Amino acid sequence: MIQQILFILVTALAVTLFVRKVRFIRRNILLGSRDSGRDHPGLRWKNTLLLALGQKKMFRNPLVAVLHLFIYAGFLIINLEILEIILDGLTGSHRMFAPLLGRLYPVLIGCFEVLAVLVLVACVVFLIRRNLLRIRRFRSGDLQGWPRSDANYILITEIALMCFFLTLNTTDHALQLQGVAHYRQTGAFWVSGLLSRWVAHWPSTRLIVWERSAWWLHILGIFAFLNYLPFSKHLHILLAFPNAYYGRLVPPGQMDNMPEVAQEVSLIFQQQGQEPQASTSPQPKFGARDIGDLSWKNLLDAYSCTECGRCSAACPATQTGKQLSPRKIMMDTRDRMEAVGRNLDRGKNAGADGKFLLGDYISEEELRACTTCNACVQECPVSISPLDIILQLRRYLVMEESRAPQEWQMMFNNIENNQAPWKFPASGRADWAKS
Amino acid sequence: MEQVRTMAQFSQAGQSPEILFWVGCSGSFDPRAQQITRAFAGILTHVGISFAILGPEESCTGDPARRAGNEFLFQMMARGNIETLNRYGIQKIVTTCPHCFNILKNEYPELGGHYEVVHHAEFLQDLILQGKIRMKEDGSYKGKRITYHDSCYLGRANGIYEAPRAVLEALDSELVEMRRCRSRGLCCGAGGGQMFKEEEKGTKRVNQERAADILESGAAVVASACPFCMTMLSDGMGSADPEKKVKLLDIAELVLQSMA
Repeated sequence: MIQQILFILVTALAVTLFVRKVRFIRRNILLGSRDSGRDHPGLRWKNTLLLALGQKKMFRNPLVAVLHLFIYAGFLIINLEILEIILDGLTGSHRMFAPLLGRLYPVLIGCFEVLAVLVLVACVVFLIRRNLLRIRRFRSGDLQGWPRSDANYILITEIALMCFFLTLNTTDHALQLQGVAHYRQTGAFWVSGLLSRWVAHWPSTRLIVWERSAWWLHILGIFAFLNYLPFSKHLHILLAFPNAYYGRLVPPGQMDNMPEVAQEVSLIFQQQGQEPQASTSPQPKFGARDIGDLSWKNLLDAYSCTECGRCSAACPATQTGKQLSPRKIMMDTRDRMEAVGRNLDRGKNAGADGKFLLGDYISEEELRACTTCNACVQECPVSISPLDIILQLRRYLVMEESRAPQEWQMMFNNIENNQAPWKFPASGRADWAKS
Repeated sequence: MEQVRTMAQFSQAGQSPEILFWVGCSGSFDPRAQQITRAFAGILTHVGISFAILGPEESCTGDPARRAGNEFLFQMMARGNIETLNRYGIQKIVTTCPHCFNILKNEYPELGGHYEVVHHAEFLQDLILQGKIRMKEDGSYKGKRITYHDSCYLGRANGIYEAPRAVLEALDSELVEMRRCRSRGLCCGAGGGQMFKEEEKGTKRVNQERAADILESGAAVVASACPFCMTMLSDGMGSADPEKKVKLLDIAELVLQSMA
């Protein structure tokens, strides 16, 4: 009875905290004032199935993809077991699904256990990859500090959760063998059935302590992990799905149009030969300076990013030692969103700290180094476009602040005066045909 | 090449060409890219396709301005070009520049410019498939190791990976791939306005990184399909391969040299 009351309190607390943080994130994402595509729902569902559920892009590196699939399948499938654990916890029953499922039950739990072992193996391999092997994308400076620890905490927690899961089944089986009351006879499970021989001779009181401890640590670990997610890069396990759904459907080379500029240009063309009229509408803001100027999809991107660094590993600028790292663009955007969110939570303006995404988080030099080659967009397994953010910030620099390197200013002048980025007269355009 | 006629000349004569050849700024003014332009025009003439250029009426598409952040200048250029193209009732555009191709195909429609836009890689592939281009029996690239450098604006931006390779295979050459190719291809370093400015500070230049890939492939010839890539790779190979053992040619040049 005490266990039940405790369980209800803990569950209520975990869910309340999680819902509060989800609201915070949702509010932050909706700060993005520009809209993003929602057309062609059929195609979007297809992308969600292929890219998020099917992890299509992960398979660009098959070995890592398979290991990741173990963890992912483990997460999805073993979590079915959570339902039973929660119901057991609330009602005080033990393995309440066993009589309902009959002989299917040990098969199901057996599958979960095999997956748990695979998750364990994959997490250990990933820890080695991250910390011992010299893989550039895990060693670069943008992961310094918290992001690197975050990744390790996640892997270690997953290993711990799997150990608790296997321990509780192992001791449970030993208790079944001893015929202790309350421990329902389910038969041996595939993995814990092999392990239980090592503890079968333990006194039942000791086994019960171990079983209860593992059971509680497992579910408390899951509740803690649930509430850790929104603070962590691991949020991708949830947001990869909406992010794939709302991903761009147009060819990657296509830049978003700015209708407000097109409209102004139309006015200029109509007024040719006439006196220019003063515009009556308020001057719109061009490009993006802070997160509120971006689209909500850009901000959803930032919360979906799992900091894997496939983008930066493929980026020509990052690879040649420039300051730009597309992963850092996404991490900066998320950091800025969190800061703005905290400003708002304190009842202040979004920009009360006097900072901006452009300048305080992302530097001009980083933005300048992008070749718009789309390698980052191509590589991202969860449909993020760092390029879209870079281009919007570039627009702000040039159109609002007239800040461009001198060579670009010359290129602009040449295009304006000679209709070519170089200083050649338009009259010479067909000269190639003369020789 | 006195037979190259402008759209204005076609229009005055009351005729219309099969295609408009969009030459682009590089193809018009850069001496190396002019050779590509002449090669492609030579193929068109040889095959007997009537084509026009805009000549002095062609303007920069606005691509480098737009990607550098100057949307206003881009919209001005786009507007002007669309007026010209629509005035002549242009239906089909072929271009040798992937940047012009991308912007004309994907970004002009929203501003009122609707055309069938084809890059010369696809156009040449079609001519070969239709049997209009036949290769010499003993072409100089037969059996040669050729590698293809993917242009970002053709490949990742528009998913065109196979057409240029099909053209190279038609030369009976031995096509070898670089370590980074197709959707994993490494940029030459020119896109997004980089062509017009010095690179940011780093450990090396992007084209040097790419030149190393080229040398590693062991190819005798690097084929490209973009005038910007041509410039960047020439520069990169300049220091990596000072004796110029590896030839750098556009697919149009390779085809013209091998045509029967």
